[in-house]
Amino acid sequence: MVRRRESIYFFLFRFVAYVAVGFLVLVVLLLVKLGADALSLTFLTKPWSHRDIASGGIIQAIAGSFYLGLGIVVVGVPLGVATAIYLVEYSRENVWKRIIELAIQNLASVPSVVYGLFGFAVFVNLLRFGSSLLSAVLVLSMMVMPWVITAAVEALKSVPRRWRESSLALGASRWSTIRRIVLPAAMPGIITGSIIGLARALGETAPIIIVGATFYMNGLPTSVFDKFMTLPYHTFILATQHADPKAPSYAAATAVVLIGLTFCMSVGAMVLRTLYRRRREW
Amino acid sequence: MFRLYRFEKSRYVFTALATVTVVCLAGIFFFLASVGLGAFRQISLREFLFGLVWNPTAYGSVSWGIGALLMGTVLVSVTALVVAVPIGLAVAIYLSELASPRAREFIKPAVEMISSIPSVVLGLLGLLFFAPLIARLFGLTNALNALTAALLVAIAALPTIASICDDALSSVPARYREASLALGASQWETIRKAVLPAAKSGLLAGILLGFARIIGETMIVLMVAGNSVAFPRSLLDPVRPLAANIAIEIKEVVIGSLHWQALFAIGLMLFMLTFILNLLADVLVRKKLKA
Repeated sequence: MVRRRESIYFFLFRFVAYVAVGFLVLVVLLLVKLGADALSLTFLTKPWSHRDIASGGIIQAIAGSFYLGLGIVVVGVPLGVATAIYLVEYSRENVWKRIIELAIQNLASVPSVVYGLFGFAVFVNLLRFGSSLLSAVLVLSMMVMPWVITAAVEALKSVPRRWRESSLALGASRWSTIRRIVLPAAMPGIITGSIIGLARALGETAPIIIVGATFYMNGLPTSVFDKFMTLPYHTFILATQHADPKAPSYAAATAVVLIGLTFCMSVGAMVLRTLYRRRREW
Repeated sequence: MFRLYRFEKSRYVFTALATVTVVCLAGIFFFLASVGLGAFRQISLREFLFGLVWNPTAYGSVSWGIGALLMGTVLVSVTALVVAVPIGLAVAIYLSELASPRAREFIKPAVEMISSIPSVVLGLLGLLFFAPLIARLFGLTNALNALTAALLVAIAALPTIASICDDALSSVPARYREASLALGASQWETIRKAVLPAAKSGLLAGILLGFARIIGETMIVLMVAGNSVAFPRSLLDPVRPLAANIAIEIKEVVIGSLHWQALFAIGLMLFMLTFILNLLADVLVRKKLKA
């Protein structure tokens, strides 16, 4: 009797776990089905056409998301890695370290719309960057920092302590020990963590709505002070504020591209991580 | 962590860079508070919190009560929590106690992948697929309501809850399980009476952080919650939660106006809520580390 109850519970747990995985598959299949009509080479490579949405494409939104990603890699990722280096390599067990750790934890759960408000008040208005690529990059960089830091801290901690000791014993300074010994060893972990963080940031919509994305523009942004198109914002507008009867299927097609991008990045990063773990010689 | 070095200049550089995180958090709080609190020079705190009508653009008599919006947030987030917690716990228990290493290696990344579905994509699927489905199930003409939003938000929060709870369960020492099994307990009894109680504070922390994630979710509620400022009477009514209200109105207000300040006051409220949930989770995790 007890065993039977037990096996029912265990079956339930397993079932729920598989349903969660199944949901992931369902999302992808549904999107592809809904967007199949709109997906085409034209759609992927042509600029957006305002008059007839069927004749244009989303190349500007793809490029905009790419620029955003580039900006985050330049601003947010290095800051995150530097903070992780401070936490693992330099910090002492004191109040300051504790405050920084708490700040990171809290940054990770600040609602995205609040990031948007902050970016609007500070970057767009106070610093006069306007609704622009730059403002968006700065806001998303703030959001990405806690994710990058968490991954980089893990990676740095997994480098054996005796490597640092050997390097220092040979007379290397702390900074050259970090640069030549610790960072190269931790790099795979840092890169995979950053890619996953980047993928999540590129899917963020709420801050982008507030801080500078636009639905329609001629050509591509030519400076960091230009407005820009992105995949998630394009999806959002097509889904909710476009009158064309074909808009939902174009929204779904845009979402397919977006989710393809983020999934490829996440899966790629995970595969990379497993490969490096297998090869690791310590 | 590794304390065997001499005095060096690079320390100062990295300390300064790490301080950026604190500056960001303090900056967010400072700006929300400095703009948001300005609203209370003209709106009484009582009207703001308990007033039921949000109508900042009305001709003649404007009103600033967030009651209906707050109720929308509460309806959506409590429902989402009720759905996400049992599922998240079940997934965590399966991953940490029952799954074979191979199944774990496949399911854990898959659950984490759910968190990389952008919320705008979940919102889109809500509009095109789940809302019509729920409308048919409940015989409604339109299912852009609190329930639909809550179900999708629950999915968005599931990975957070599952993976933190999984960490909490996995960190329970193996000897707890061994001791319980040696006393003749079945595996289920071991999980229920030995493992779950030992991981209690970590599990609670996971739930709190999941809750923080739920409260802040914007895109899903913006797209599928129905966007109505009327006070909701049931889960099947359309709502406009606080986060969605900010996203909808912020682009249209005059910068520096009372409306602008009021939206920052709402942002401040959301920020404080998630901040408190975070602190509680942190206290719980720390308590466990000491024990």
